[in-house]
Amino acid sequence: MKNLRPSPVTESWRRGEARLGWALTLPAFGVIGLVALFPILWTFWESLHLHDLRMPWLGRPFVGGANYVEALADPRFWSALAHTATFVAVTVTLELVAGLVLALALDRGSRARGVVRTAILLPWAIPTVVAALVWRFLFESPAGVATAVLARLGASPPTWFADALAAWVPLVLADMWKTTPFVALLLLAGLQNIDRTLYEAADVDGAGPWRQFIEITVPMLGPALLVAFLFRTLDAFRVFDVVYVMTGGGPGTATEPIALYTFSTLLQNLRFGYGSALSVIIFVMAFAFALASIRVCGGNAFQDRSA
Amino acid sequence: MRSRGWPLVTGLLVAAILFPLYWAVVASFTPESRLFAAPSLVPRALVLDHYRALFGGRDFWTPIRNSLIVAGATTAVSVFLGAVCAYALARLRFRGRAPMLAFVLAVSMFPQISIVSPLYLLLRELRLLNTYAGLVLPYLTFAMPLTIWLLVGFFRQLPPDLEEAGQMDGAGRLRTLWEIILPLSGPGLATTAILTFLYSWNEFLFALSFTLGPERYTVPVAITLFRGQYQVPWGQILAAAVVATVPVAAIVLVAQRRITAGLTSGAVKG
Repeated sequence: MKNLRPSPVTESWRRGEARLGWALTLPAFGVIGLVALFPILWTFWESLHLHDLRMPWLGRPFVGGANYVEALADPRFWSALAHTATFVAVTVTLELVAGLVLALALDRGSRARGVVRTAILLPWAIPTVVAALVWRFLFESPAGVATAVLARLGASPPTWFADALAAWVPLVLADMWKTTPFVALLLLAGLQNIDRTLYEAADVDGAGPWRQFIEITVPMLGPALLVAFLFRTLDAFRVFDVVYVMTGGGPGTATEPIALYTFSTLLQNLRFGYGSALSVIIFVMAFAFALASIRVCGGNAFQDRSA
Repeated sequence: MRSRGWPLVTGLLVAAILFPLYWAVVASFTPESRLFAAPSLVPRALVLDHYRALFGGRDFWTPIRNSLIVAGATTAVSVFLGAVCAYALARLRFRGRAPMLAFVLAVSMFPQISIVSPLYLLLRELRLLNTYAGLVLPYLTFAMPLTIWLLVGFFRQLPPDLEEAGQMDGAGRLRTLWEIILPLSGPGLATTAILTFLYSWNEFLFALSFTLGPERYTVPVAITLFRGQYQVPWGQILAAAVVATVPVAAIVLVAQRRITAGLTSGAVKG
């Protein structure tokens, strides 16, 4: 302390600081408690009841684990879960690869960086439903542009949205288009943190570009890749907008992910007890994944990137 | 590592990324009868029919107004409460800060769908379904963690002795926050507000769940529920998509550097 006053770090001052800290955080945490914590506890409670808004005369009897037992025996639940897992695996893998290519291209080959960055931020920034509608338009049958171009090239494109397997193609492409820029920007920040002298040293040692990529770029990008992987996985797991808009889960329920099945159970069939049980299952799975990944990262990946 | 091939690769990638948007913009000016004519990169007949129908027949102003009100209110509330809270978490010393931050991070990972059922019942009980407040409250579930998390990062970057300077002037903690910290945090606050607004403007699941009629639909819900009499009204849908994209594109154009910094500094969900 350079000033002549007594050091402010006294016991009462510190207590005042703590009190102020609590007072300033209280409103925000009150709101979060009201709109997030309290609801999630309510979801758990609700999932233990039979609660069908179409049949109010049944009341809301406590049924214990019956909704969970029903879920375990529900083939539509299991196939929705399988769709979600497949979607996560396919899109996250493709997006990490495409994001890495895009990040490398941005790092190496762009002079007009502001223009390029604006261009790739656009898909990320527009509403997901808008992106999904645009891609649905591209793949409309029989004459959407993707279909027409393929046909002109001599292929016989499927009726995309009527085919249980082919319907995944536009879904995955739309999701990639929407989210790869985010991955690329994360990885680009990682790339720009790599010490350039490493490459110079490798040049001196005569290592070619491919060896430099494998032995310097990829390991140094490790943390950024991990963070991108975690966030994309959590996000792809709750996929809803793209599917709701493009296929509605169809044909039939062939592309229905777990979030969409839960939504229909709740707001179309109005089965709140069962829908809440599905919600809890989603919540527990997402949370287990998040906890496991925070343990893997030691928490630091999240804490220190802003420092 | 610099080679001649990369600018070409970049150019091709950017063109591929922009193509769907270009195609949608062109289609939104194309007469309905020609929408699915043989594709050509250069548009021929351009008309304003779809935009006229959008604002004349369909009253697309209503969802735009709804979205502006809801996203604006969410941004205002969450940036204000978030800034006050983040200041304490970033710059005051008291027990419980670390668990509080961990809690904020945990809430930001909540899958939205897992709180739809209680929020629906709660809003129904409070008679807030199909109201602006009935959307702003649910939106705070993702907006509050986002603002707190980003602003903690920004406040930590400020020099550590600002509070001491304030104290020497005899200003209390709160006045220091108000008169020194916040004015210095303009860029951080702007970035946070921009990202919060974008997320709120784009939100779909809550808006679909908690609005009941066209008078309260937000832009994403309204576009999705467009129906024609016999077929999908693609021209109008794409015109609406363009209209929904214009404010977003304007924000990105003005603030791309800030957005990139915000996205890559705080751990923001994609």
